[in-house]
This record gives sequence, C-alpha cells and structure tokens, in this order.
Amino acid sequence: MPEAFKFELVSPERLLVSEQVESVVIPGAEGEMTVMAHHAPVMTTIKPGVVTVKTAEGKAERYVVFGGFADIVPAGCTLLAESAVAVGDIDRADLARRIQEAREDVADAKDDETRSKAEQFLSQLTTLEGAILPA
Amino acid sequence: MPSLKDLRNRIASVKATQKITKAMQMVAAAKLRRAQEAAEAARPYSERMGAVLANITQAIGGGGEAPALMTGTGKDDVHLLVVCTAERGLCGGFNSQIARLARDHIRKLLADGKQVKIICVGKKGFDILRRDHAALILERVDLREVKTLGFVNADAIAKKVIQLFNEGGFDICTLFYSQFKSVISQVPTTQQIIPAGVASAAAEATDGGNAVYEYEPEPGEILSDLIPRNISVQVFRALLENAAGEMGAKMSAMDNATRNAGDMINKLSITYNRQRQAQITKELIEIISGAEAL
Repeated sequence: MPEAFKFELVSPERLLVSEQVESVVIPGAEGEMTVMAHHAPVMTTIKPGVVTVKTAEGKAERYVVFGGFADIVPAGCTLLAESAVAVGDIDRADLARRIQEAREDVADAKDDETRSKAEQFLSQLTTLEGAILPA
Repeated sequence: MPSLKDLRNRIASVKATQKITKAMQMVAAAKLRRAQEAAEAARPYSERMGAVLANITQAIGGGGEAPALMTGTGKDDVHLLVVCTAERGLCGGFNSQIARLARDHIRKLLADGKQVKIICVGKKGFDILRRDHAALILERVDLREVKTLGFVNADAIAKKVIQLFNEGGFDICTLFYSQFKSVISQVPTTQQIIPAGVASAAAEATDGGNAVYEYEPEPGEILSDLIPRNISVQVFRALLENAAGEMGAKMSAMDNATRNAGDMINKLSITYNRQRQAQITKELIEIISGAEAL
C-alpha cells in the first residue's frame, strides 16, 4: 500500500479536487509523469491532456485539463489548470470549438515560431480528443 | 391641493414601485450570494498562483531573464487604464465611484503630460467616461450577454491587454475595480498589473521557498507562460469582486428605495386620511347648516 499525499486540482473558477491520493499522472510539458508521495520538488507547465488521479481508496478518477502548471513538493502536489473538467462531464462541442480555434491560430500565424507553437497546441488537442473519445 | 383620487393613484403607484424595488433587492441578495461563492471559489487559484510566482521569481533572482511583462518597458509615458464597472445601473454610487476614481487618475496623468488609453469593461463606466474622454477610449468590452462570469471572459480581456503591450501600445497598465469589503462597503481600487509588482510578493514568500526546485522547462520559460496567466487571474479576480460588489451595492440601494417608498406611502396615507376627514366634516357642516337654515 503506497503512502498517500495531498493532491489539489484548482481551476480559476473553483477547487475541483483536494484529497489524499496515492498517485497522479500529469501531462507535463516535457512528457507525462507520475507523481507519488515524497516526490522531489518540481515545477512544470502542463499541456492539454488527461490527469489520472488514483485516490487513497483505490478509485481512479480522470480529469481533462487544458494547459496550466503543476507545483510538486514532497508533501503534496498542486495542479493549477487553466480549465479542468472531469472526463465524464466533458463537453464535446467545447472541445471541438477549441480545436477549431487552434486550427484558425495555425492559419493566422504570422511567423514560424508562433505557427509551430500553434501547431503543437493543435496536435496536443487532437491527441486529447483521441484519448477521451472512446471513454 | 391634490384631490382624493389623485392621492389614491399616487399611493397605488408608490406601492407598485415598492414592490419592484423589493423584488430587485431580493434578486440582488440571491445573486450576491452566488457572486460571493464564485469569488471565494476562485481564491485558492489566485493564492497558489501568487505563491508559485513568488517561488519562481526567487529562483530567477530578478535576473535579466524576467520577461518584459514583469519588468516593464522602463518608461512610463503611455498608460493603459482598464476600467471595470457593472453592466447595469440601479446600484447606488457603485459605478460612479469607480468612474470618478478613474477620471481623477486620468486628469492627473494628462496634467503630467502622459498619454492615456482606456479600455472599458462594462457599459456604465463607458457611459460615464465617454462624456469627458471619448477620444481616449480604445475599446469597450461588453459582458452584458454573460450570465455567469467565467475565466474565459477575463482571459479574453487579458489577452487583448497583453497583445497591446507586445505591440508597444503602452508602458503601464492599471486596473480599476471595486473591492468587495462587505455588502455595505465597496472600495474603488486601483491595481497595477503591468509591470507586475511581484517583487514584494517574493519577499514575503519565505516559507518553503528554500526547497530546491527542479524546473521543467526552464524557469524563464515557465515564467513567460505564467505571467500572462497571472494577469488573466488578476482581471478575473477584479471582475468577480466587481460582480459581488455590484450586487451588494444594488442590494443596499434597493433596500433604501424600498424603505423610502414605505415612508412615502405612510406620509401619503396620512394626507389622504386627513383630507377625507376634512371632506366628511365639510359635508356634515353643510348638512347641519342647511338644516338650521330651514
């Protein structure tokens, strides 16, 4: 039985999750990572993706986040998401709208740097869509 | 002297007004509670954002890596004022207080020979500022259609501001909003959001700041991602405080109006009763004196 630690998922509108969990999988900007108790202090930005939370009772909960960052210390982990919803509550239309917007951003990009950024964002979104659609 | 019928009509109309103000007060009370809940729910995010920001600033150590949004352009020639007010009136001095604060600020800046640009959020502030400074207003953000204030609304405003900054449109950005102290007290406040005054926050965050963090990606990169987000959060907080403040102000304004209407009804009823009595007495006298004359 792994040790539990405090995990908080906060969006600007509200505090979504604040509980003792076993592990959390975070879609970090440089790759996914699993956080468990006594993790070394890390601060990372996150890309759009799915956060999987395994609670102390052994339940797994999944949340979709659209960007943000995570603050990880040995005692706990705080995830500040720009926007976060439970996978079950995701609004398909909203996701489609975001993808559409991202496509427009790619089309509107003036220089290579912004275009590559926009393209990256778009690909992250489509991956995300692919990941949650069957669910 | 108004006739009895006039008085009756008058009383009926004041009663109708009282009913309306009473209903508005109750609606405002319900909305206030929701707005307060929203403001409270948003607090953890901005608190943690502040802590994280302070942490990173410390890690960078105020070096040259900090993005321009934080350090500013080094000038203070062009000021951008983001004036947040309510979309609707009937809330006492709420809107005019914010607008007055903004107007005083504008006057002072203009007197100092600075250039001023304004973005109005909310209709009422726009209406007031338009009278004197129509030429300075860049844009008016309309939140009239917005039922529940979401982070996206604030984000859109912040994006506009940041875009303007990146185009070199201004040097210093100040946010005007009303701080929600309590139902009866809303304090118009100014807050400078660009350049962000993070330095003071960094000094305060000493607890846990000693931990050696690993940053993924580089601190500078995180920071350049974080600062715009922080601006959005500040705007969001201002909008939420405003929403709560507006409802608070509306509630007390409507409470006053209801009470005034009550007083007016009392006064009018007394006049009405007196006049009716006077008429009865007059009629009696006429009958009696008529009988005596026979």
